[in-house]
Amino acid sequence: MRADAVAAALAQAHRSEWAFVLSATVRVAGDLDLAEECAQEAYVSALQAWTRGGVPERPGAWLTTAARNKALDRLRREVTLRRKLPLLVEPATVDPHDPADLDWPYAAVPDDRLRLVFTCCHPTLAPEARVALTLRLVCGVPTPDVARAFLVSEPTMAARITRAKKKISEARIPYRVPGRAELPERLDSVLTAVHLLFSTGHTAGQGDAPVREELCDRALHLARTLAALLPEQAETRGLLGLLLLTDARRAARTAEQGRLLLLGDQDRTRWDQRAILEGLTVTAGALASGPPGRFTLQAAIAGVHAMAPSLEQTDWPRVVHLYDRLLAVWNTPVVALNRAAAVAFADGPAAALPLLDELATDPRLADYPYLPATRADLLRRLGDAAGAAESYRRAMELTANAAERTFLEQRLAEVSRAAGAEPAPG
Amino acid sequence: MAKYAILIYEDPAFYENISPEAWPAVVDAHSKFVEQVFALGGSLAGGEALAPPTTATTIKGGGTVTDGPFVETKEALNGIYVIEARDLDHAVEIAKLCPAPAPGGGVEVRPVVDPTTNPF
Repeated sequence: MRADAVAAALAQAHRSEWAFVLSATVRVAGDLDLAEECAQEAYVSALQAWTRGGVPERPGAWLTTAARNKALDRLRREVTLRRKLPLLVEPATVDPHDPADLDWPYAAVPDDRLRLVFTCCHPTLAPEARVALTLRLVCGVPTPDVARAFLVSEPTMAARITRAKKKISEARIPYRVPGRAELPERLDSVLTAVHLLFSTGHTAGQGDAPVREELCDRALHLARTLAALLPEQAETRGLLGLLLLTDARRAARTAEQGRLLLLGDQDRTRWDQRAILEGLTVTAGALASGPPGRFTLQAAIAGVHAMAPSLEQTDWPRVVHLYDRLLAVWNTPVVALNRAAAVAFADGPAAALPLLDELATDPRLADYPYLPATRADLLRRLGDAAGAAESYRRAMELTANAAERTFLEQRLAEVSRAAGAEPAPG
Repeated sequence: MAKYAILIYEDPAFYENISPEAWPAVVDAHSKFVEQVFALGGSLAGGEALAPPTTATTIKGGGTVTDGPFVETKEALNGIYVIEARDLDHAVEIAKLCPAPAPGGGVEVRPVVDPTTNPF
């Protein structure tokens, strides 16, 4: 078989089957590091085997069998050593000495992907470790690429991942899907990690464009997997809807040289209509499944924007209403700030200013650049060029993002020209 | 089952200023906690209350003896339990019930190293 065809099949199997292969191997290996090594070896041996004998009908099944067999081999060889190592808590259901376990049908392998995801996003791990572990273990992204995605050095990221894995084994974080009672809370931790993954990719000016797009694609794939595996949990579909509707604007979000374009300045004909349609359908389904959670409500807000022909023709009262409901389930100052921005469109900038004054007293927003940036925009729209300029300067002091700074500088220059044209006060 | 230590951190001033009438409630809370450990399927492997940090003596580097705790913080280690639990989820479920009534107080859960399975 041609080498490039095998390489392509292997790359595809890595993207779509890695989590399945690894999670099924963890159950046999009882140890994340051993399972990872065996899964990686399985992909390496597939290159030779598939070049000789062709790509198997079910590449995922082939890889899973290979990885699990490698794990069983290692366990038999190192049985004395293994006793000394801390094992993952849920015991292996496979006996490494039972030959029947060497040859099992694909269908009999339980889908352990959810166990893997819930273990990586366990609330007793640091939030940044959850996201890193999810990328590394669930998506199979090598550590140097994970480090690049989060703009930290490779040794820093390697240490972060090692520390998290060590806590999983030594503190005995169980390899299991939480029970019904704890599921919503634990799921929130998983969905938050996937959302953070997406946001990291979506934030303009943050690292290389190809790395960022890859992160968005990985997050979307994870959201799809979660929605498929836990359809009864409406928030999985809420998150998928939110990511689809946000990602639909990907091509329209930046102009030349990565310059950031706000919602109102985007060319809406460049929005991905197929993604919007899917996002709206998924979100409608989530909304119909009972009281909506925070991801579903955010998706609903993104949906209102996706359906609007322009910023001005957006159903702003509906957006404000959805923000009110969002605040009721997820009361954070950032949501309140976004609501205030929506009020400025629904009822005019003057109606939103008192809301911002109130938020300015919240210490959690003290260093948040979007607060002065929003105030600057309202003052600009009210014709207060001097006040707007002052707030733009404050926002520029606070932002660390190059694309956002460029945007703010441009706006500052505009209002400064306007202020210069005004008659001198007095 | 694995062993976990539950370390209770609280402001010692709470116990210095507590009224004699309030003590029985604290003692009852701990008795109730011990019952709950077993009710939740765990077990108790040990536990002690510690005298306040004002009574502590610190020896650094194996030589210099000084008055006071190793680290000066508002919240001090006031007591420990050692429990047996299935896994971290189970240990956290139990530890959430551990009394730490002083304002700002709380507990820390630490796995106890098992010398037969851990290659230290």
